Amino acid sequence: MTEYAADDMAQPDAPEAPAAPSGSAPVTPADAADAARLIAFGLQPKLQPARDADYAELLRRHRDEPAFARLADAVAAGLGLIVLEVSTRAGMAVTAAEDSVFAVRMGDYARRATADSGDRFLHGLAHLAVAAMAFPRPEDLADDGYIGRITVNGVDAFVRQACRRLEEKAAAQGENTDPATDAPGLEAAWRVYARRSATGATKDARRLAGSTTGIIAKAVAFLVDSGFLQRTGDDAGGAFRTTARYQLQVRDMAGTAAMTELLELGVVPVADGTATLLPPDDADALDLVADAGLPFFENQHSA
Amino acid sequence: MPFRPLSVRPPTLCDVTSAAPAAVPPQLNGPSRPAPGPAADEGLARRLRALACTAPLHDLDARKANLAGEFGVYAMAEVALAAIDLVTLTMDFDTGADHEQIVTRLQPRVAAQAPERPHGEHERVARWVLENLINVGSVDRGFRAVYGTFGADGAYVRRDYDFKLIEEVPGPGGTVFLRTTDEAVNVLVGALDTDVTSAQIAAEVKLEVLISRGRLADAQLAAEQARYRTVQYAETLRKTLDATRRNVRAVDWLQAVPDMIAEALDHVADRYRHENAILTNIRKARDEAEDPENKRRAAELVDIVKDCIRRHTQLQSRLLEAGPLFRAEQDRQAFATPTARSGLDLYGQLLAPLLPLPLEQAGRVTDAFFARGTGLRTPASVRVGDLVDMLLTPPAEREHLGAEMPEPDLVETPDDSRFSEEQLAVAMELLALPPDAPRRLSGLLADARRQDPELPYLVALLAVHAASPSVGTAYRQGEPSLLFAVDDGTVLDDPEFGGADLIVGTALLDAAGMAADRQEAT
Repeated sequence: MTEYAADDMAQPDAPEAPAAPSGSAPVTPADAADAARLIAFGLQPKLQPARDADYAELLRRHRDEPAFARLADAVAAGLGLIVLEVSTRAGMAVTAAEDSVFAVRMGDYARRATADSGDRFLHGLAHLAVAAMAFPRPEDLADDGYIGRITVNGVDAFVRQACRRLEEKAAAQGENTDPATDAPGLEAAWRVYARRSATGATKDARRLAGSTTGIIAKAVAFLVDSGFLQRTGDDAGGAFRTTARYQLQVRDMAGTAAMTELLELGVVPVADGTATLLPPDDADALDLVADAGLPFFENQHSA
Repeated sequence: MPFRPLSVRPPTLCDVTSAAPAAVPPQLNGPSRPAPGPAADEGLARRLRALACTAPLHDLDARKANLAGEFGVYAMAEVALAAIDLVTLTMDFDTGADHEQIVTRLQPRVAAQAPERPHGEHERVARWVLENLINVGSVDRGFRAVYGTFGADGAYVRRDYDFKLIEEVPGPGGTVFLRTTDEAVNVLVGALDTDVTSAQIAAEVKLEVLISRGRLADAQLAAEQARYRTVQYAETLRKTLDATRRNVRAVDWLQAVPDMIAEALDHVADRYRHENAILTNIRKARDEAEDPENKRRAAELVDIVKDCIRRHTQLQSRLLEAGPLFRAEQDRQAFATPTARSGLDLYGQLLAPLLPLPLEQAGRVTDAFFARGTGLRTPASVRVGDLVDMLLTPPAEREHLGAEMPEPDLVETPDDSRFSEEQLAVAMELLALPPDAPRRLSGLLADARRQDPELPYLVALLAVHAASPSVGTAYRQGEPSLLFAVDDGTVLDDPEFGGADLIVGTALLDAAGMAADRQEAT
């Protein structure tokens, strides 16, 4: 199923497909309507194919009729959507291409984030941390059957722990990590997280929006709306489990995009400098990676 | 009751700009001019940071003049120190202190400072002090001080030092608890930048000396310091154990953690012995003291030391839970079927390398993840007709029973057992060792590998479990024999496994004797 997803992503010539369906029967307006309907189902990410007979039927058509499949993919591409996978478990899993009207923009997501680079970073980091916590090991991200479970407080504690380790390391090396007053952009990222408070009392007993748990809760609520997470309980600030769509999105889109960006910065998390996404050697990898990222040692590790 | 801030400038990030450290005037003819550099500056920077921690307290007294009303009579710094005291003492292993409770318990002291003032004012003062210690008005809910250092190249750099005194942490059920930070504990105890363990030992030695000389007033101070240190130590360990719980791989269970646990257990045992000795001494002092004041002080001391012992016991039980937790997690993570594909290690390859980067670069990576990781949103479009209807609709009555529960979406859990019944039978047969001939794990693994490439994993798993055999269960069920494994220090040399080359054997149990015992017991 996932090989299929890879095929779809590499399909830049899709828009011309409806003009020349290579099958025997010509495309009728009814077919186009069905294809568009399938996309419309895909745009409701919380809808389960198993719960809707029409949806399931259209998915079956997509699987069995190549001409129809091409038509649907073309409609998606024309709308500015990328097809990740079409299957009964994930449904018509589509996601927004970069400039599409469906894309989520940071400015719409969090008002403060446009003005404050620290806030912008924290919101992005919250999404990355949720994914890292949901798929803690490379095997988990690769395994189609894996269902990740997270809690809001758990994600916060885990990032804080990582920050604390860096702090200890910096302290052990006798490094002064306090940033220069007039250059906030040079402050180490972990410090921005570490100094933001984890939670805070508010007058109306809601979560403090600017606290780290508030930021993570916002990310999680957003992912629930995207059909990526499902709420399973209220423990530890809210407990959630992942869906097949989330795994696809993280594996095929977000993870690779962020990785590319990181490599462009000259940070190569694997020692030999190749960009293959090998799982690092268990326990040692953490230390190695932490070192590799320090801007002070960039020269030793850049490719 | 909604808190109305006293009408002064809101608690802002307090700028504690210590008068810009004017560079040392050049003493060109002096023979020993200190070279400005990181090494020379480090001690100064540390002291500047320590100094900054006290600034919010001074600031309270400086700002009380601006409050609406006559608040000069209250000693705000004193109330603040008392608040930090209270939070530190109520800070427990699991949770922290409750906000309201701290406010309530602060009031007697505030009231004592101005007994003629109304009760409401006392509460407002207590609240004002506590909220200023949290610094509710700022985004980070913390403080920032600016200080200067000389960089490696001799350039003068102004740096921001961010710290908190009381922080808010999530508690069970969505509640918010207060905890004092390390900085606050250090400011309070007055021992800046010291090692936790050694400071505690020092405090207790001091206590013993004080008691032996009969100086109980000082002894109480030392005992309280010992308790703060105990709390701080427990806090450090709690954080480490939490990390273990989250990710087995991330923690070095071969060396570091067992060492840490052993150290902590030693520490607990040591302190427990020590504090019991002190307890006996003070009890004696309490009973023999003539002066009623001394008697009262000794009684207070007994309470404090008892509390220390209680905290140590709590810490110890946490330490003992760590081992079983690790084994359970290892079973889940290390003995599952490996997948054929390799995935991206989100933590190791993305998150961990990103955190040490400067904010500006790290932001680019998180932006990329955000842009591709959030999925899609269907843009909303509004019709004027709908809008008018929506605006005119009266607000819906709140449902008495709350929102409707979404129908749970059940998924079938796949049968993920890795080994078949047949494999288990073969492995058990392999492990059915005669009681007089125990074997090495390496030999068993080699035998197992000859039969089935998957079998060694099962054998290893069973052997690891046998290292901690369920003697109690075997006893209750009257088993005739029990599989056990012992580590004699030999290292396992195997292409697939690492660790100790366990000696695996069968122990015969005295079934008849045990049955008789059980009879007697019932």
